[in-house]
Amino acid sequence: MSLSNLTGLVHTLTTAAQYLIIALMLVYTIQSYTVFRRSGPEARERVFLRQNLSMFAIHFLAFASMFLNTMQFDILIFYGAQVIYLLFTLVLFRNLYPRASRSLINNMCMLETVGFIMLTRLSYDLSIRQFQIACAGTAIAVLIPFIVRKLHVLTRMTWAYVFVGIGLLGLVMVAARSTNGAKLAITVAGFSFQPSEFVKIIFVFAVAGLLSEEHSFRRVVIATVLAAVHVLILVRSTDLGSALIFFLAYLVMLFVATRNPYLVLMGILAGAAAAVAAYFLFAHVRVRVQIWQDPFKDYTGTGYQICQSLFAIVAGGWVGTGLGQGSPGAIPYVQEDFMFSAILEELGGIFGICLILVCMSVFIMVVNVAMQLRNRFYRLAAIGLGSMYAIQVFLTIGGGIKLIPMTGVTLPLVSYGGSSVLSTLAMFAIVQGLYMLRSDEVRENAPEKRFIQQRPGPDQTGRAQ
Amino acid sequence: MFLLLIGYLVYINVFKADELRSNPNNTKKDSSSSNIIRGSIVTEDGVVLATTNIDGDGRETRSYPYENIFAHVIGYASNGKSGLEAEENYELLTSHSSLLSQLRKNDDGEKVQGDSVVVTLDSRLQQTAYYALGSYRGAVVAMEPDTGKILAMVSKPDFNPNTISQEWESMVSDDSSSALLNRATQGLYPPGSTFKMITSLAYLREHPSDYDQFSWDCQGSLTQNEVTITCYNGEWHGQESLRSAFANSCNTAFAGIGLELDNKILRKAAEDFLFNSSLPTGMPHSRSIFSLDKDSSVGEQMTTAIGQGDTLVTPLHMALITSTIANGGVMMRPYYVDHIETYDGDMVTQNDPSVYKKILTPDEAGVLTAYMESTVSSGTAYALYGNGYSCAGKTGSAEYTRDGVTGTHSWFCGFADVEEPDIVVAVIAEDGGTGSSTAVPIAKQIFDAYYYG
Repeated sequence: MSLSNLTGLVHTLTTAAQYLIIALMLVYTIQSYTVFRRSGPEARERVFLRQNLSMFAIHFLAFASMFLNTMQFDILIFYGAQVIYLLFTLVLFRNLYPRASRSLINNMCMLETVGFIMLTRLSYDLSIRQFQIACAGTAIAVLIPFIVRKLHVLTRMTWAYVFVGIGLLGLVMVAARSTNGAKLAITVAGFSFQPSEFVKIIFVFAVAGLLSEEHSFRRVVIATVLAAVHVLILVRSTDLGSALIFFLAYLVMLFVATRNPYLVLMGILAGAAAAVAAYFLFAHVRVRVQIWQDPFKDYTGTGYQICQSLFAIVAGGWVGTGLGQGSPGAIPYVQEDFMFSAILEELGGIFGICLILVCMSVFIMVVNVAMQLRNRFYRLAAIGLGSMYAIQVFLTIGGGIKLIPMTGVTLPLVSYGGSSVLSTLAMFAIVQGLYMLRSDEVRENAPEKRFIQQRPGPDQTGRAQ
Repeated sequence: MFLLLIGYLVYINVFKADELRSNPNNTKKDSSSSNIIRGSIVTEDGVVLATTNIDGDGRETRSYPYENIFAHVIGYASNGKSGLEAEENYELLTSHSSLLSQLRKNDDGEKVQGDSVVVTLDSRLQQTAYYALGSYRGAVVAMEPDTGKILAMVSKPDFNPNTISQEWESMVSDDSSSALLNRATQGLYPPGSTFKMITSLAYLREHPSDYDQFSWDCQGSLTQNEVTITCYNGEWHGQESLRSAFANSCNTAFAGIGLELDNKILRKAAEDFLFNSSLPTGMPHSRSIFSLDKDSSVGEQMTTAIGQGDTLVTPLHMALITSTIANGGVMMRPYYVDHIETYDGDMVTQNDPSVYKKILTPDEAGVLTAYMESTVSSGTAYALYGNGYSCAGKTGSAEYTRDGVTGTHSWFCGFADVEEPDIVVAVIAEDGGTGSSTAVPIAKQIFDAYYYG
């Protein structure tokens, strides 16, 4: 067989793999919704297993095509390491926390898988780094549900959260070097990390602490002022994406805590006023809005990134060009901010829509957990984390497809970014902890009521004055 | 929120994809040149206008057998892209040939042949138009009024797309000729007297019952508020009706109409005909400009009514206006891609004629046609009379001042046959003098070629 014949064969195989990947992703996505309708635990178990099979099949097909196209044996070794990691994560969670949400674990692994595939495609070196961070992050994350369940003191450390959060953000504002106009990262002992990613979680806990005990006018004012400090520090560091995420998540939590639509309306109005002010005060905000209105006006300059993103999206169409067949590398900062556009180009619009649905299923799951929690602190925390996640997904995907102006945030677990991966893994783990707390509550509130009253459970601590 | 994302994503893929794919900055498809041979551009009767040749070493060259003749409309595919090469780039680099034959070619390591773009252009008519315009700068557009099909589109000065890479530097640095610009779609010219078609329409609309009572005594000039309008070449038309004023292209009569007309009605007539708007076509084009409004001065009223003033129009737009009158008031969407087919002739997509809008009532179209007929039978386009086909049209002599130098562009827009219109021709010859002297003879050659070959 001649070399050109071989190239042709590879092309044929890659195309076939591409369609299979899309089909498997469809199956996975549908299952992540239908599983809620299955009643019996065995039936659910079967769906979860099938989801895992789809995920590993996608993973295999993607790496097989990448290997055939590049013939680099490193990729095979890397693939093996990833399989071990994914298997390990799935098995570990299942055995350590038999009552953890399988749906959430599966989705977490699926998002990571998609991230690994696209990162390997875009930049082998970055993907290895990302993989190492994911391994370390998972090792830590495995402990988190345990901590959340057992350490009820977490609910009473409100002011510690406030000070650490504001302190870290302030440190970034003062000490961080500026990358592309935004101050994001500080470097400690050779590791560069983005505190805002971790402050997201701390902030949610702080607000949950502030608003769960009472929501008198005074409390709401204090909470709002503290939230505003967070947001303003972020604006000052020109990390507008994070500022927006913090602001919107705070509004959601405020609404859930107070059930007062007027407060939220006022918040939205204040936010709108602030956005208009920002538009006139900051040149880079104006630029972002102008790019959004007409990216082609300054094609070679500021609009280049989003134009390339749009070209990538339509180049992919519904079924994509196939892994390695497109040119998503043409988008500057594709690994961080435009991961979704790269996915749309090479894996196609159908796959992209499935991915959005998977993210939505994560959000629905988190809200579900929140709704079933009795303890107000935990419930608010779950809502806060869930909305942070949803808002971030919306901002990054919406920015990439030009539905809204670009804010430059990552797609959790899929985009490149060590801090983002760590904090998202932590977030998933916390929600797992809360999920199990929920079942603890259910059990404790079941027949032996008397027994609980003697014991200071989470329910009681939450209501303590 | 998530559903909004999905919705917008679907919207982009369904409605925005073509536009983005054919964006000249989009170089995505160029990468697929590595496994697809760029398709050909051919006419409906199979004349090849652009094709990719492969030599023994597998090197590909794009060749344009007609060289300069189709330069602007077909465009070029090196040093960036223009014309159809840019607009249909995605189609040319896509193959719809059967999956089986693609796979077979792939297995043999061969490239797949991209789809062919079949255009409505008539190679014979295009050549006639190209040679008829001669050494004038300017543009010619010929189209079918009842379908919107573009039959010929010429712009000069031109270039040879075969050698554009070699000549690129000198062409880009030469600002004066702007040879790369497609004047037919993007050149903005004062319409001159051809605009009297629109002024007449406004007058008909303001005087629906008594427009034929219009009477004017042309004294060769008309002065109002220190602005003087004169008839071309100092002519003195004497007593005229609207019809004879139109046929004679009498400037004083139309300046007088301009003074009397409600500016809003004239503006509405112009904007009905898509001044200040995009034309209903995917071809890249400039928007024509009409700026008269209720605050305009008396001088602006008079100059605008005779097609001078600040009004600017593209030749394609003039052809479309004429075409709408010829087609009983119904504007068809102009297009020049008839269909896309695979290299071995299987249909991929077909563009059918489609109505854009009814702009005029049949009565309005009928009156304007009658006036345009008079222009031919007894007016400024008499050269088109009695050639075996009946013809209707309007000449224009558009004066301009650039860098202190004044000159006159020669215009003609018209159609034949009057009863059953087959073809519309719009001609502009820069610095060609009066419409009668230059543009009308050019149009005659095209009409003759259309009817007699």
